[in-house]
Amino acid sequence: MSKVSLTVNGKEITADVEDRTLLVHFLRDVADLTATNVGCETTSCGACTVLLDGESVKSCTVLAAQADGRQVTTLEGLASENGEMSAVQKAFHENHGLQCGFCTPGFVMAITSLLKENPSPTEAEVRAGLEGNICRCTGYHNIVQAALAAASSTSTASSTSAAEAGK
Amino acid sequence: MSILGTRVIRTEDPRLLTAGGVYVDDLREPELDGAARVTFVRSTVAHARITGIDTSEALAQPGVVAVLTVADMTDFPPPPPPTPIDPDAPPVEGPMPLGGPWSEPLLAVDKVRFVGEPVAMVLTDNRYQGEDAAELVSVDYEPLPAVVTFDDALAGQTLLFDGTDTNVSQRRDGAFDDSAFDGCDVVVEGDIVNQRVACLPMEGRAIAASWKDGKLTVWASTQNAQLSRLILTAIGLPPDAIRVVAPDVGGGFGAKIGVDREAILVAWAAKHTGRAVRWVESRSENLTAMTQGRAQRHHIKIGGTADGRIQAYRLDIVQDTGAYARMSGFLPSLTVLMAPGVYDIPSVQAGYKVVMTNATPIAAYRGAGRPEAAATIERAVDWFAAAAGLDPAVVRKVNYIKNEQFPFVTKTGAPYDTGDYEGALDKVLAAAGYEELRAEQRRRREAGEVKQIGIGLASYSEITAPDPAAGETAKVEVHDDGTATVYTGSSAHGQGHHTAYAMLVQAELGIPMDKIEVIHGDTDLIPVGVGTYGSRSLQLGGTAVHKAAIEVKEEAAAKAAQLFEASASDVQLDTEAGLWHIAGDPDKSLTWAQVAGAAEGGLIVANVHFTQERPTFPFGTQLSLAEVDTETGKVTLLRHVTADDAGTILNPILFEGQRHGGIAQGAAQALCEEILYDADGNPLTSSLADYGAITAAELPSFELVTSETPTDLNPLGAKGIGEAGTIGATPAVHNAVIDAVAHLGVRHIDMPMTPERVWTAIQEAKKASAK
Repeated sequence: MSKVSLTVNGKEITADVEDRTLLVHFLRDVADLTATNVGCETTSCGACTVLLDGESVKSCTVLAAQADGRQVTTLEGLASENGEMSAVQKAFHENHGLQCGFCTPGFVMAITSLLKENPSPTEAEVRAGLEGNICRCTGYHNIVQAALAAASSTSTASSTSAAEAGK
Repeated sequence: MSILGTRVIRTEDPRLLTAGGVYVDDLREPELDGAARVTFVRSTVAHARITGIDTSEALAQPGVVAVLTVADMTDFPPPPPPTPIDPDAPPVEGPMPLGGPWSEPLLAVDKVRFVGEPVAMVLTDNRYQGEDAAELVSVDYEPLPAVVTFDDALAGQTLLFDGTDTNVSQRRDGAFDDSAFDGCDVVVEGDIVNQRVACLPMEGRAIAASWKDGKLTVWASTQNAQLSRLILTAIGLPPDAIRVVAPDVGGGFGAKIGVDREAILVAWAAKHTGRAVRWVESRSENLTAMTQGRAQRHHIKIGGTADGRIQAYRLDIVQDTGAYARMSGFLPSLTVLMAPGVYDIPSVQAGYKVVMTNATPIAAYRGAGRPEAAATIERAVDWFAAAAGLDPAVVRKVNYIKNEQFPFVTKTGAPYDTGDYEGALDKVLAAAGYEELRAEQRRRREAGEVKQIGIGLASYSEITAPDPAAGETAKVEVHDDGTATVYTGSSAHGQGHHTAYAMLVQAELGIPMDKIEVIHGDTDLIPVGVGTYGSRSLQLGGTAVHKAAIEVKEEAAAKAAQLFEASASDVQLDTEAGLWHIAGDPDKSLTWAQVAGAAEGGLIVANVHFTQERPTFPFGTQLSLAEVDTETGKVTLLRHVTADDAGTILNPILFEGQRHGGIAQGAAQALCEEILYDADGNPLTSSLADYGAITAAELPSFELVTSETPTDLNPLGAKGIGEAGTIGATPAVHNAVIDAVAHLGVRHIDMPMTPERVWTAIQEAKKASAK
């Protein structure tokens, strides 16, 4: 057993866990945050994608101990304090980017990370960037549309705020 | 303006997007506090006798609550006595799982018949302990030869079931008469394999169960709670002692119709041990023990005139049903029914054999028997067109059932309701720029470019709501606070039923969608329901909701008339404002809250069980544009253009979403997905590292063209759209890839068309032409 201390969605959580505990099981069973799903055991499907210190990782392939002392963001941590959805979440809603919802948290986190690295991707870049996430319902069409819509809404928002700041 | 037909974004989404869904593993119900984890011990060999099971070492492990084998199942009701089988009688026909000597046990009794078959179950305090302990259950196997291929099964040298003398569990003879091909100018014959694929919902199977005060509560990841409850009575409880709840369900695709043997065992374990239990399968379990799809081998013969009229078609099917016949002859009987597709063919002969193999059982997968029919007739038509030297689009047009022929009964007995096959094709050809694509293809061929393009066409018809007489239930309630509740026997698992059904109620009653709650998947609240499969939900479940709303409106009109002290015929509902008026006096109005408040118990309610006279037959054409690198065999899908006509469209957003998902799954079968076994029956694709699930990187965006031909079989005019995309996409992509290399002499490539297979086909064609 090891003592592990993580900051999850801004809240510090400390627990004694078995050394082999996976980050995804820490999030689900210890932190009781169940949006992050397990879809495979081979790092193939991306349903368990979360942000670790701001970068997307597959939490089924990270030990909780490896995340000790670090910041984790899950789907539950994306909306603002007053409940307003993030640009990516909003874009998924408006573009019907989800059906059964099981892969959705992983896709939303992967796209959040992708747009941070590349704020205005092409469709081809979005598709290549999502190769590590599997969805069985949407055929990816509307997920890709949502990613592109989120990119254009955030770039519009940031150019607007830049313009306002310049006044 | 009515909300029907408009692009309403889903009411389901905000919760799924901010908190995540609540799937079985996420349930925090108090009844599941401290639930034990179930881990199955599964067969590691494809075919063997079990000579011993030793659980002692596993039982000694920390956290182990119980290790259960068939020896512990003494509190199960005795199985029905085996049905005597007359060896001279033909194999039984019908859609039901086979009994008698073919029966599927719950835990393996004396024999295992596929890798992944459950042999024992381990209950532990947590999931990690379960994995540890399950590895320590020692099972002694005496291996038997494995039956892996179609030919192994047909040869019958090794039999799967004692008390039988064959591996052919069912058959329907095609009454083949070759004289149908007499006088044909062009005749083509060939074999087409429709390979075994995984259903692969992103949430695998999952069940939780709690036994308390004589009542069993089961939370199941299922497409129908009510059927699941019926199946669970196998543990010896009457239906009213069982409550089944379907929480959020992470996809089904046919593999979650009802529940499997593992679910019966988990439910029994809760009752047997008195402790709440939960089982969530791993992906490797999912890829070896959840039912899989397709697995048919076809031999076809097609013939017709030199100018393209198809005169005769023959389809001979072998269905690999795996180790247990879950749906036995049902899938190939749908393939037979849909064999001639969209064509008016004077002679159609089709039959099947169902064979047992030492592989994962086969059951429904998105389309379930119909994609196999479409895949093969559409390849056959391309073969025929190529042999006749005609454009495949022209051959399709010549042979379509024409608009004025509907309703049309095919030679295989399918009663097609409505269709506009040529209209759908023309729309797709225009949207794709067919002639320009052919010109570009000619240019690349003449230039001998490394990257060649192929244009694949597939026209399809499919049967939806194939069990229309089972119908679907709905209850609509309006409460005295002006809100409404819809209870449906349909069972959403991603399709957007809550949005669709709320739209139907808003359209009829004028109550805004945000005041309408839709409830499904709880047998205590909805004891009678049929569920979601076979693209049945909108046409049956939606019509039931629509009719229940109309009945509520009629009762409310009478109540409003009383309150207005007017005649019911003078009372009108303003469905824009959701207010009741008297004709000619717009100032006087009543709200739904006032009208429902005046009703008995402050509630207006209507129950409807809608049954449809016949199934409906959606149709369409899909065009796929594929690029093939002739040096490496790599396929790139450049475009996919479709017209999928499923009658009147309720919500284009949901309609398109179903098509997108279907197209991707259909393309995946054509290009990259296949469940494989080695010669000993060991699965080679038991993880997502090995199984080639399609990703965003392998697909283009899809170009959807609208075609809307209503059915007259239900008041919504709706047919089903859940499976159409898959049915059309597989042959469209298949034909496109082969078309890209046809000029090199390639006649056929079996699916999935991996780079290796495409490259090999090109090399073999080169060798053949060099001779």
